[in-house]
This record gives sequence, structure tokens and C-alpha cells, in this order.
Amino acid sequence: MITLSGVKKSFGPNHVLRGVDMTIAQGQSLVIIGGSGTGKSVLLKCVLGLVTPDAGTITLDGQDVRRTDRDAFLARFGMLFQGGALFDSMRVWENVAFRLLRGAKAMPKDQARSVAIEKLRRVGLSESVADLFPAELSGGMQKRVGLARAIATNPDVIFFDEPTTGLDPIMSGVINALIREIVVEMGSTAMTITHDMSSVRAIADQVAMLHDGLIRWSGPVADMDTAEDPYLQQFIHGRAKGPIASLR
Amino acid sequence: MIALRLAQIGRPVLAVLAAFGRVTLFGFDTIRHLLSLPFYGREFGLALVQIGWFSLPVVGLTAFFTGGALALQIYSGGARFSAEAVVPQIVAIGMARELGPVLGGLMVAARVASSIAAEIGTMKVTEQIDALVTLSTHPMKYLTVPRVLAATLAVPLLVAVGDSIGIFGGWLVGVGTLGFNPSTYLKNTTDFLEFWDVASGLIKGAVFGFIVALMGCYFGMNSGRGAQGVGAATKAAVVAASVMILAANYVLTRMFFTS
Repeated sequence: MITLSGVKKSFGPNHVLRGVDMTIAQGQSLVIIGGSGTGKSVLLKCVLGLVTPDAGTITLDGQDVRRTDRDAFLARFGMLFQGGALFDSMRVWENVAFRLLRGAKAMPKDQARSVAIEKLRRVGLSESVADLFPAELSGGMQKRVGLARAIATNPDVIFFDEPTTGLDPIMSGVINALIREIVVEMGSTAMTITHDMSSVRAIADQVAMLHDGLIRWSGPVADMDTAEDPYLQQFIHGRAKGPIASLR
Repeated sequence: MIALRLAQIGRPVLAVLAAFGRVTLFGFDTIRHLLSLPFYGREFGLALVQIGWFSLPVVGLTAFFTGGALALQIYSGGARFSAEAVVPQIVAIGMARELGPVLGGLMVAARVASSIAAEIGTMKVTEQIDALVTLSTHPMKYLTVPRVLAATLAVPLLVAVGDSIGIFGGWLVGVGTLGFNPSTYLKNTTDFLEFWDVASGLIKGAVFGFIVALMGCYFGMNSGRGAQGVGAATKAAVVAASVMILAANYVLTRMFFTS
């Protein structure tokens, strides 16, 4: 279980997070929605320790993430980055097997390659892409490779940062379905940030809306459409008029 | 009015001092990570090839033409006081002590600092460095340490090769254009050159290599957003590395040769 309480983060005069309180239960898929620049990525990076919060606490299974062994903590996580963040200089299989090839529990190269190919198959890619470089792949394929890398070590927690940004609707649907299948199959806890409502409906058990540095609304995905919060309704229906300023 | 003027002077001075402090801390951090495990041998090997082997043509050509031009200059300058015969000795000492390491360092700065800053800067803006962290890999250990160590070891070797090629360039011009006897030229070169002339140049090379890679990594890691940010980081890395090489050269020359 991941718990955030009173998490604040500012960049100079820009107060991005103003005291976020949130809980993600074990095995649950939480999707955080919110407009561009509302701090969704910052929140996710705070949990991973890529950004240090100014105030508040973040715990994983009751342990403060800042006081736990960093390597052991990160070993429990997988992350799919918005642009894939694949390493250009490495072949696809080396990207997927990156963690498997390093650290105290490093696998032999052949074994790591086999695991990488198995994970590539799991995300719908054939063995033939294993020896290509990321630049030789389409955007959708890069996302799949990023997904394969995120699940390579069967992590307890997987984060997805804008998993469908830049993809066509069909490929977005494929990625959404893959994420849902993998999260259910692996029993992982998942946190996704997106503003793509089709992703929300496909991936989420729970939804939280971040607005003005605070969690504006949270609840089960099934309750989202009937919720009375005007901010949430404006966002999920993509209305220009409402309490959220369209020019930010 | 005076306070305003002082503030206008003070602000950039403080900014430069702060930047120097950040670079110094980055350097200490690099050394700290160099002295602790894990060490990424594959990345070190790749960096060694990229920095050392692939810089060989540019350093070699620079040294060759510099040695040749130096021979011509010393001959024409020496002719003013009938000292044309010192061409082999001055070419050798000039290349080994000064021009080999400085020009080699500057060529490596142009080629390597820019490439390191652009590569790491691009990795930063495309979140590859964040990805490294989430994959339990420290970017300083994985990106900075192998490059800095490789450059510190490779540049002295490049300087040694550059010295030899530069002296050969001087020999070729001396023998081919200035009428020196080939074996006398070589004998004068080897007899005159002392161990410390060469060693001091190699030490300078190691320091310049450290500076080049450190600047590339520092500006890459602190790159701004987008193509413009990476471009600015690349430019800053080359400028800072070049200026620091020239400044370090003065300090080292003063340390080595004035007592």
C-alpha cells in the first residue's frame, strides 16, 4: 500500500503540490487525472524519489520511502515513461533486461535475453525486434518496449506516465488493454497518470483528480460519471466552460 | 546609484563563483563515486574507445601540421640571430611540454566535451536519466565516472601519440624543406629532450582529459529543456572546457617549470 500525506512541492513561486493526501491499496489500479501542468508527473516523481517533496510523508507498506534502502525500494518498482525513455545506445532486449543484467542479483546474459524476449512477447512484440535499436521502432512499439522493461522483474508496483500520449486511438486501446491485463495478471499495484479518458476507463479501479495542487475528487471509476463535482465533470467531458480556466 | 552599480558588478561575479562551486562539488562527487562500487566496466571500455581511439585522427592531424608549422616558424625566427640549428630541439620541447597537450586537449574538448554534453543532455530531456534512477542505477556512476576516468587515461596517451606525430611533422619539414640531415635532426631531438619534458606534458594531458569529460558531464546533467537547452549545454561545455584547459595549463606550467 502506498500512502501520501500532506505532500507539498514548490518550484520557486510555483506551488505545484499543496498538500496531497492519497492512498493506493495493494493490487489496486489508481489513475490520477488532471489538466496539463497540475503536478501529476511531479507527484509520481515524488513517490519514486526523483523529486524531493518540501513537506509531507510518503510510505510504502508503512515504511517512509526516504528512510528505506533505496535500491531495495526501487527494485519493487517498474515505470513506463511518457516518451518510453529507452536507452538509444542499447538494443531493445538490452533495454528490457537492463535491471536483470545489473546489481547483486544479475543474471547471466543468455538468461536475461530469454526473459527479455518473453516479456517482449507478453507485450505483443516478436523476437525479431530484440536486436533492433529503439530509434528503429515506431512510437507504439517503443511504448510496448517501455512496458516490457517496466514488467521485466515482475515488480510489486508499476507506474505509468501518460502511457498513450502521442499514439493513435487504436494503438492507445492496445496499450490500455495491455496495461490492464498485465496489472491484473501480475497482481501489481498500479498508478497511472493521464488525461486520456479512454485510458482512465480502461485502466482504473480508482480515480483521483488533481487540481490546483490538491486531490479535488477521488473514488471508484464507476462513480466518476455520476459524481457532482463540477471540476471533475468539466474535465471528463472536456468542456471549455466551467470552474477550470481553459487558459492556464 | 553606487549601490546599483556595485550590484550590477556583484551579480555576475556571484553567479560565476556559484557556478565554479557547483562544478567543484560535481568534481568531488565524481571522485567519490569513482572510489566506490559498482564500477561499470563496459561503459568505461566504450568511453575509452570513443574518447581515445576515435580522437586519434583529429589529434594526430593537428599535431602533424603544428609540428610542421613550428619547424618553419623556429627556422625563420631563428634565422634573425643565426640560430636555425635549434629547430629540432625547440620543436621537440614545444610539442612535448606545451603544444601537444594543449592543442590535443583543445581538440578533444571540441570533439568529446560537446558529444558528452549533447548525449547526456538528450538523455536528460528524454527522461532516460530518470529511467536509470528507477532501474536502481546511479547516473553519476553509470554516465559520469566511466567517461571521466576514460578521458583522464586516454588523453595522456593521445598526447604521447600527438607529440610523436608533431615531432615527425617537424622532422619532415626540417628534412624536406629546410635542408636538415635526417639522422642529425633525430639525434638532436632525442639528445635534447628530457624525461620531465615528456612527463609534464602527459600529466597535463591527464588533467585536461579530466576537465573535458567533467565539463561534458556537468553541462549535460544540468541541461535545460528541449533542443535549445541541449544546444546551450553543448556550447557551454566546450567553452568551459577550453577556457579551463588554458587556465590549468598556465597553473601547471608555473608549478612544473618555475622554481
